[in-house]
Amino acid sequence: MSAPPLKSGAPPEGSATLLIFCVIGAFLAIVGAGVSSDPIFRLQFETIAIAGVIAAFVLNGKLAGGTLVDQPDRYSDNVIKAGVIATMFWAAAGLLAGVVVAAQLAWPRIFYFPELGFLNFGRLRPLHTSAVIFAFGGNALIATSFWVVQRTCKARLGLGITPWFVFWGYQLFIVLAATGYLMGATQGKEYAEPQWYTDLWLTIVWVAYLLVFLATIWKRKEPHIYVANWFYLAFIVTIALLHLVNNAGVPVGLLNHRSYGVFAGVQDALTQWWYGHNAVGFFLTAGFLAMMYYFVPKRVERPVYSYRLSIVHFWALIFIYIWAGPHHLHYTALPQWAQTLGMTFSIMLWMPSWGGMINGLMTLSGAWDKLRTDPVVRMMVVAIAFYGMATFEGPVMSIRAVNALSHYTDWTIGHVHSGALGWNGFITFGAIYCMVPWLWKKPAMYSNKLIEWHFWIATTGILLYIAAMWVSGIMEGLMWREYTPQGFLAYSFIETVSAKHIENIIRTIGGLMFLTGALIMIFNIWKTITMPTPETAGTQSADDMPAAPAHAIA
Amino acid sequence: MAVERETDEATGVETTGHEWDGIRELDNPLPRWWLWVWYGSIIWAIAYWVVMPAWPGLTGYTKGLWNQSDRANVAKELSALEVQRGESAAMLRSASLQQIESDPKLQAYAQQVGQSVFGDNCATCHGIGGTGGKGYPNLRDDVWLWGGSLEDIQHTLTVGIRSGHPEARMSQMPAFGRDEMLPPAMIDDLTEYVVRLSGRPADNAAVARAAPVFATQCVACHGADGRGMKAVGGPDLTDSEWLYGADRESIHEQIFSGKGGVMPAWSGRLSPETIKALAVYVHANAGGQ
Repeated sequence: MSAPPLKSGAPPEGSATLLIFCVIGAFLAIVGAGVSSDPIFRLQFETIAIAGVIAAFVLNGKLAGGTLVDQPDRYSDNVIKAGVIATMFWAAAGLLAGVVVAAQLAWPRIFYFPELGFLNFGRLRPLHTSAVIFAFGGNALIATSFWVVQRTCKARLGLGITPWFVFWGYQLFIVLAATGYLMGATQGKEYAEPQWYTDLWLTIVWVAYLLVFLATIWKRKEPHIYVANWFYLAFIVTIALLHLVNNAGVPVGLLNHRSYGVFAGVQDALTQWWYGHNAVGFFLTAGFLAMMYYFVPKRVERPVYSYRLSIVHFWALIFIYIWAGPHHLHYTALPQWAQTLGMTFSIMLWMPSWGGMINGLMTLSGAWDKLRTDPVVRMMVVAIAFYGMATFEGPVMSIRAVNALSHYTDWTIGHVHSGALGWNGFITFGAIYCMVPWLWKKPAMYSNKLIEWHFWIATTGILLYIAAMWVSGIMEGLMWREYTPQGFLAYSFIETVSAKHIENIIRTIGGLMFLTGALIMIFNIWKTITMPTPETAGTQSADDMPAAPAHAIA
Repeated sequence: MAVERETDEATGVETTGHEWDGIRELDNPLPRWWLWVWYGSIIWAIAYWVVMPAWPGLTGYTKGLWNQSDRANVAKELSALEVQRGESAAMLRSASLQQIESDPKLQAYAQQVGQSVFGDNCATCHGIGGTGGKGYPNLRDDVWLWGGSLEDIQHTLTVGIRSGHPEARMSQMPAFGRDEMLPPAMIDDLTEYVVRLSGRPADNAAVARAAPVFATQCVACHGADGRGMKAVGGPDLTDSEWLYGADRESIHEQIFSGKGGVMPAWSGRLSPETIKALAVYVHANAGGQ
């Protein structure tokens, strides 16, 4: 590394406290695991204890060896490097789980393991959704937010060692959640399956994340807060709120993994989908828009299209999104007036969502030729296009008459995946393709050709996936509502499942192609990191903080 | 820091003068079409609130000018369905099972009902075609554990088998091996005996050793000749239909651990006339007796 020689100095603030925290945490977890008679609780707390012990040993070793030194005049980039690696690791894991569950739907007789309960569809499906949303998406958001907030504030991440706590604490949350699902420990709430102690742990980690982010903004050397940081902040604050309310519950016992929610019946359903919908709105929309607002103008080297649009669509999005949850409960026990509000707010949400798309796409004006020459730009533009399509399709599907056909069908699955694979996946890949050479101080990625391959294989995979789901979703929706002339259902449920066999195979192939693209990317990143570093790194990749705020690249 | 607005060369638009890590912002106005479509969607939402149930209050909610109600609509659709199903449904209620089967019009109607209901409730275990699987009886042959007459089928549908219903049909194959009721060698011998019952070659010595045990342990349900007893749900061991498999290993396993499946009692979920139609459907499509 071409970094200046390390200054010997004090370790980052809070290191000793963190060490004590790890030791005490490991001790309490060992006691909990030892005293509990609940096998799932025991295994989960043994996991916590092992994590605490490893963390304590590593931290102690670094403190004793003097290798953990605070460098207040440099950006904290090592934690971002770890975040990039974690993002790609969980991408591979989550996408693989997705391919497996897709194969289970396509060939239920072959991919059925009655002797291995943890491999059953019911256990693997939440593993897939949580792994891609929270593990892949969450790590991508944390890593990019740490990069963006430092660069746009010209300030090192705040609160000493805390960013590392956030990173490793978040990985522990993922491991606890994932192993819990495989053992069958679940609250049964979509995207909120983890048990109460995992929820509490995430709360601690998330508050630490919020504090790091706020502390960094507090220290900023720029007069204004960049739009990407508004979006990141909205994402962090709202997710905390959603998480706390939806997971409110009472444990069966302090040594038992189960708990009961405080809400019941239709209130519980409405709270759940208030949460579920806004997890999409603030995690998958606001957070990733933040990514777009930094990496797109940065990569194409053009100004953001409209400052005014960014303000208006930001506040409109924040205010309207939070009301749209009831559209997940059309034609259920939820009162009709609540369904009306959910639907109408979803319609009003269409343009505020599109504000982000317009600002992203129009930022390319004057640089459209980069679509042809730079596959990373193409990837991010396709991401924005999928964002636009999904945020149009969503309001359409929220219309009750449309929802009567689409609800519970594969159409919903296709809609989610055009957002998740097309928007979240591609904007993240684009951001990481930007950050890897910057972080590891390389002139560029190892191979542009491989990025092209990644782009085309993954794009074809997404298109196969969502087209198959449109066909099967609309088909099964029509079959479900088909009556005989005598007024009886024309098709049994199993007949509508059999009818989707070919579409299920196409979806599996599409998912496999998306996974293949991600694996190509991992190979490319690996080769980039292990490339020899040139003597003089580009100014963009320097991790030295500029002394003066004026720092123009253009 | 002084705000220095500059003009972007490519578009001729001014920037806001802010800059972060090299990123600047243009001062473009909100796109007109965007603004108007947004206003349009807000107006549409307000109009929808006016005509449909929308905003909650302290004592209720705004009902809307069009007086639409999901509950009322469902009630209307259900009564329309009653009309559509019409007199056939009424006749199904009053007619006996035999009358339904002999009247071509009623028979056709019962087939319609039966097919739909069978697909959504029975096919899960018995298969779409009703041919069953290991542990799930085949309804297309002429072998019946609890009798294949119209009344037998109707009764089985109503109370179920080992269903927890107070009048459920009950039978219990003992787990002779697992519960150590018979020594392992005797279970091997009984397996040979049962194979011989179904007319297949078997070890003569084993059959001879098993005969007295069969006579004491098995005849109560399977009968002295092994032909079964429908009154107690004892399966016929002399035919070629095997619920848990025909090969020696499967037969041995069944004597060892005595499996028994559950058929739900449908009286709690389906109306009596629907069960009637289902019985006629199953009877007609299987080798009913």
